[in-house]
Amino acid sequence: MNSLRVRIAALAGVVLLAVLGSTAYVLHVRDQQREAEASAPKVETRGDLAALRGASHIVFRNTALGDGYGQVAIVPVTDPGGSRAITPAVCERVFATAADALCLSADRGIVTTYKSTVLGPDWTAVRDLPLTGLPSRARVSADGKLAATTTFVFGDSYASPGQFSTRTLVSALDGSQNLDLEQFQLVVNGQTIAAADRNLWGVTFADADTFYATAASGGKTWLVRGSLAQRRLTSIREDVECPSLSPDGTRIAFKKHGNLPAGQWRLAVYHLTTRTETLLAETHSVDDQVEWLDDNRILYGLARARSGTASSDVWVVPADGTGTPQVLIPDAWSPAVIRK
Amino acid sequence: MYVSVRDRPGGQAPPAAGSALRRVAPTVLLLGVVSLLTDVSSEMVTAILPIYLTAQVGLGILAYGFIDGIYQGVSALVRIAGGYAGDRSNRPKWIATAGYGISALSRIALLPAQGFLAITAVITADRLGKGLRTAPRDALIADASEPSMLGRAFGVHRALDTIGATIGPIVAFALLAAVPGGYSPIFVVSFAFAIVGVAVIVLFVPNRRTGGVPSTLRLAGLFRAISAKKLRGPLLASALLGVLTIGDGFLYLSLQQRDNLAASFFPLLFVGTNVAYLALAVPLGRLSDRVGRAKVLVGGHLALLAVYLTAGGPLGGTIPTVVTLLLLGTFYAATDGVLPALVTRLVPEEARGSGIAAAQTVVALSRFGASVGFGALWASVGRSQALLTVACLLVVALPAAAWLLRSRESE
Repeated sequence: MNSLRVRIAALAGVVLLAVLGSTAYVLHVRDQQREAEASAPKVETRGDLAALRGASHIVFRNTALGDGYGQVAIVPVTDPGGSRAITPAVCERVFATAADALCLSADRGIVTTYKSTVLGPDWTAVRDLPLTGLPSRARVSADGKLAATTTFVFGDSYASPGQFSTRTLVSALDGSQNLDLEQFQLVVNGQTIAAADRNLWGVTFADADTFYATAASGGKTWLVRGSLAQRRLTSIREDVECPSLSPDGTRIAFKKHGNLPAGQWRLAVYHLTTRTETLLAETHSVDDQVEWLDDNRILYGLARARSGTASSDVWVVPADGTGTPQVLIPDAWSPAVIRK
Repeated sequence: MYVSVRDRPGGQAPPAAGSALRRVAPTVLLLGVVSLLTDVSSEMVTAILPIYLTAQVGLGILAYGFIDGIYQGVSALVRIAGGYAGDRSNRPKWIATAGYGISALSRIALLPAQGFLAITAVITADRLGKGLRTAPRDALIADASEPSMLGRAFGVHRALDTIGATIGPIVAFALLAAVPGGYSPIFVVSFAFAIVGVAVIVLFVPNRRTGGVPSTLRLAGLFRAISAKKLRGPLLASALLGVLTIGDGFLYLSLQQRDNLAASFFPLLFVGTNVAYLALAVPLGRLSDRVGRAKVLVGGHLALLAVYLTAGGPLGGTIPTVVTLLLLGTFYAATDGVLPALVTRLVPEEARGSGIAAAQTVVALSRFGASVGFGALWASVGRSQALLTVACLLVVALPAAAWLLRSRESE
């Protein structure tokens, strides 16, 4: 170590190794990825967009590698594994009604920015709705008038500096109204909670005024029923996240944390009138706001473990706790069912 | 919970002035280069971590918040241990090297880490490394510098460090553009940067000049050193000012709630702060050498007071927002490097690392308290009222802090 020359040579060696090693690795991964793309089983993408929209269909984010990755696609409910039609819209999270679609998208760059866009019948942007943060959930009310988005935003959590937390907005699709659920009154078991750490996410609409969502404070979560007119959220049940109301309005499908390790959830269904809870047959941890295929089956996305790619499938499982989960749409994410 | 702006990614700004670089000790420049490389490495990962955890690993929002809390919190706990270990062994270089090494290894450990617990463990290890190295490294900077140029030396180091924090996210997103959806190349390249940083400190940074002999500093001596009369005033002042320093997250959020302009440029807000920090770290460090560190530290908090007033005031729009961000960067430039420079002069040489660590931990913990308290205040009286309340408290506290600081600085 006494000679400066030796040390400089040693540093040069380390730098050389670091540069060569990491360059070789990056190129290797890139080649591997290209091979995976080339050899990936191709999904059929020749569905007819206009024809598919005439009947009941499922709108989702296409995650098949290659062209069309991240773009919104459509399959008929009658043949969900069949040929899909790819739309031009690129979304991280999508939800749709018969007329409009709500698209949360990311503009990746040095500084990534996010957008919430209402898409018209031809899948082009009609208008932008306010959005801050990383897209997480998107819902549109059945009448197509209201949109709800959940994102997570830097610095929105009061208890811990530098922590991410959620922001949930309910907006009129025509852009005329915009409500931040954090401004609503939160009543849990009859008591108003004004705690700074409260958080809200995962809206599902019931009618023009009523909706359900998740509220959290002090490490607990609740299913809350909200009223847009009264600006109030009232707790119904503990340990319910990302609720999704069944088409007949009787049940809530949700993810339940229970006593699982942190960051894991089990799918369950809660009956609003009988107040009973049923665990579903899916035993994998699911982190998604599920969607009802019909009154008896629910859809949800699961990430697929494959190195270097962000693939996922949409699965289906009966809503009564019976049966076994099955892949409904391969290479898909964020499903929305349009019933006709 | 690290107390400086350099934990944040992004920002574009010119490098520090050349004349200032030439006049600091080579050790300071070398440690600056080590920090630059390490920050490129860590900010590469920090920048993509939210996307990686949620999009790739599939963690939920709350789980991410939990991980992020660990990310922020762990380093404050081990910081005093790092400072003390550096002092006790009298080998701060090797304690700092161990800290850099642990963080470097944690990058490569992200490759096989799947699932919540593994990733939590890896990130905890990274923060342990960060906590461990900070105080001994600052002690090395203090050792290598003329006492009259401490402010400048810390300023140069922090500026180099911030350049690294700026480059990191750019490298990460360039890689992500080259290999879409490929996160493992980012971890590998991040590891490569970190290893070169470790090589620089191992090969070129000299150990403490007094060198090699383990000191007799015992725990009791440590407590005596950091509770000595000379240090008590500055530590109290740090705590007093710390509990009135609300986190940047709140300030950004406040700007964002005030008008839509700040909301749509939310990810860019910290760039303004970084620019001011980078431009002013060296000049304010030099100023602190000339007019006294306590004065600059107090002056920095005047800038913070102005931040509260501009952020809490009714005026929205481009100019107030930009002014607020620049003032915030000024605040960090006037305090982040100046505090260790001030503390260095007040503790005996053998307890230098411990003293610096104590001051930084006091600041970190009191700021954490400030965030919790401010959250409650915000919820009960509203954004603008809460900011103005804290501003009023700061007006009252500043003379007291100035008195606590001035009466102790023997320059």
